[in-house]
Amino acid sequence: MGPLLTIDRLCMDFGGLRALDHLNLSVAAGEIVALIGPNGAGKTTFFNCLTGLCAPTAGEIHLVVPGRGQRLRLNGLPPNRVTEKGLARTFQNIRLFADMTVLENVMIGRHCRTKAGVFGAVFRSAAARIEEQQIVTASAAILERLGLGSYFNDLARNLPYGAQRRLEIARALATEPVLLLLDEPAAGMNPQETAELDELILKIRSELGIAILLIEHDMRLVMSLSDRIVVMDHGEKIAEGTPAEIRSNPLVITAYLGEDLAQTA
Amino acid sequence: MTDAGKESGGMTTARAVRRSLLVSLWFMFLTLPILVIRVNPVAQEIVWRWRNLFLIGVGSFVLSLVGQFLTHRQTRRTPSLTPGRLAIFRQRCMREPQIYVPFLLCAVLTTLLFPWFFSTYQTNIMTTALMYVVLGLGLNIVVGLAGLLDLGYVAFYAVGAYSYALLNHHFGLGFWAALPIGAGLAALFGILLGFPVLRLRGDYLAIVTLGFGEIIRLILENWNEFSFGPSGIANIPRPGFFGLDLSLAGATVYLYYLMIGLVLFTIFVVNRLQNSRIGRAWIALREDELACQAMGIDKTRTKLTAFALGATWAGMVGVIFAAKTTFINPPSFTFLESAMILAIVVLGGMGSIAGVVIAALVLILLPEYLRAFAEYRMLLFGAVLVIMMIFRPQGLISSARRAYKFMPVPVAAGRNKRHGTAADH
Ligand SMILES: Nc1ncnc2c1ncn2[C@@H]1O[C@H](COP(=O)(O)OP(=O)(O)O)[C@@H](O)[C@H]1O
Ligand SMILES: [Mg+2]
Repeated sequence: MGPLLTIDRLCMDFGGLRALDHLNLSVAAGEIVALIGPNGAGKTTFFNCLTGLCAPTAGEIHLVVPGRGQRLRLNGLPPNRVTEKGLARTFQNIRLFADMTVLENVMIGRHCRTKAGVFGAVFRSAAARIEEQQIVTASAAILERLGLGSYFNDLARNLPYGAQRRLEIARALATEPVLLLLDEPAAGMNPQETAELDELILKIRSELGIAILLIEHDMRLVMSLSDRIVVMDHGEKIAEGTPAEIRSNPLVITAYLGEDLAQTA
Repeated sequence: MTDAGKESGGMTTARAVRRSLLVSLWFMFLTLPILVIRVNPVAQEIVWRWRNLFLIGVGSFVLSLVGQFLTHRQTRRTPSLTPGRLAIFRQRCMREPQIYVPFLLCAVLTTLLFPWFFSTYQTNIMTTALMYVVLGLGLNIVVGLAGLLDLGYVAFYAVGAYSYALLNHHFGLGFWAALPIGAGLAALFGILLGFPVLRLRGDYLAIVTLGFGEIIRLILENWNEFSFGPSGIANIPRPGFFGLDLSLAGATVYLYYLMIGLVLFTIFVVNRLQNSRIGRAWIALREDELACQAMGIDKTRTKLTAFALGATWAGMVGVIFAAKTTFINPPSFTFLESAMILAIVVLGGMGSIAGVVIAALVLILLPEYLRAFAEYRMLLFGAVLVIMMIFRPQGLISSARRAYKFMPVPVAAGRNKRHGTAADH
């Protein structure tokens, strides 16, 4: 079976700055791939290009969903269409809908899988009522799964930091993705929260069968989670391999890991 | 209080007095040419009205001092996590039937019997206020829910009014036929405005919508063959009552009840919308446009629906306005109207239906009942607005999100998994 997501020579220029330089990458169904590299390497830019928030200067992005058959070209699609196709993401700087409740944040994720319109909303047609009920039920179930069950009606802005990060994941899961993109999900978390996150990500993969591409600086997390690691620097891929291979790669050690980190990690 | 505390208190007082002095000097300077110097062209002399200068100086000094004292007290109060006394009182009012039922009954009776106890003049003012309630609720969709700052809302009001006036003038169309047409045309114009501003946000959006409002007004003013220019359109018929021709007083009462009906209808629709899939998408768009798109919401569609649905209400009220005044011309649709409606939304509390209703009533009725203060009424009105915004920046009633109730449902594997069910409240 071929890969789920294929990225072919992706380039992204910001004026004179080449943020992504002929990047090739693929993710198989159910795989956990980590993207690491120093700050400014272009990792977030890469996510932005994948999700349609940035239009790549050159290159191709294709998605093949198992069971759905055809090969979908993702570049050039607006962000909401990309999400419909099955890519969902979280943000490096948390971007929740701060003045909506926790449950409503997740309900927004259901938007692209539902279709009640203005008339359904005003006249509360049977179809719209049933759909609304399903949105609530599904969203609540996701929150329970992610251990956010006690926060349903709290405003997202009032959540503790770790819970906000998990809520971003919950919201992304509500869109029913085939591939989940996590941008530094452990940033700012304490060791206990990071351990819970580790468990959560594995659970998402095993229970929901969702492939995961994550950007992360916490090497312990990256090494324990990933099937494969991709290392970026200056917009280029400088190495790719299993955690063991990456740990001993001299190029990666000089560019990013540093001697002692490579030994301890 | 310790010595240090006393000292710092004394220092802030000195600073407050100094600031108030500066404020009063500044005001005296600003108002000098208007309120103090008067040129009498007949006698060819300049009259210096020093008394005014003195009054302004003292007045602004005292007001500034009071203002500083109040803001100081407000900032010093430690923000507590428990809801304020007002919030608790409000919750109690909503929960306990022995409080809200009599209150509600009173409100309903007053609204229903209003035209019988008050003069035609008063009823007319009340009808106008109700029109602004609907306008406020309409703009609230665009500004309060979707977060799109629209300064040209009056354009849709004009579209509604002119639809009825022109359709009636040329084709003899009646009020009831014109009402949906006016609403539809306004929605169309909403989409027309929406397209070019899809990419704009914040200040840029405000400027373009402002321009749009002015363009519509200028077209109406200058395209004589189409809109009869500044002279406007007269003899627009009032709404008929099952073919009956009503007297002026009768028509006023009829319009009053019509507006009550429209207000209720608007509240019903907007309330349902804001807790629906569409309404949530609007709010998400307001909260974070980028994240909203990334979560699969079609930005284009969501924005256009907001513009169209917001404009619809302005179109309807426009038709009613034309029918009420029986004469319309472009000066009724200046930027000042847009600003007024926006003030209603902001003052009431963005996204809050109850807030907008109250703010519309206050803002429209207040200047009417301040007429006793003659030429100072607009000054007082402005002062009320400024003070409101200083002490309640979130508006009269800040919007609250809907809470969903959940019933725990035991699930296999011994874990108490909760199962969500939406409960109406
Ligand atoms: N919208 C943008 N406009 C201009 N330059 C950008 C933009 N986004 C990112 N960059 C630049 O691209 C480079 C890569 O940034 P980023 O993808 O955020 O790095 P990382 O996530 O790996 O830390 C940086 O030099 C950054 O300044
Ligand atoms: Mg980044």
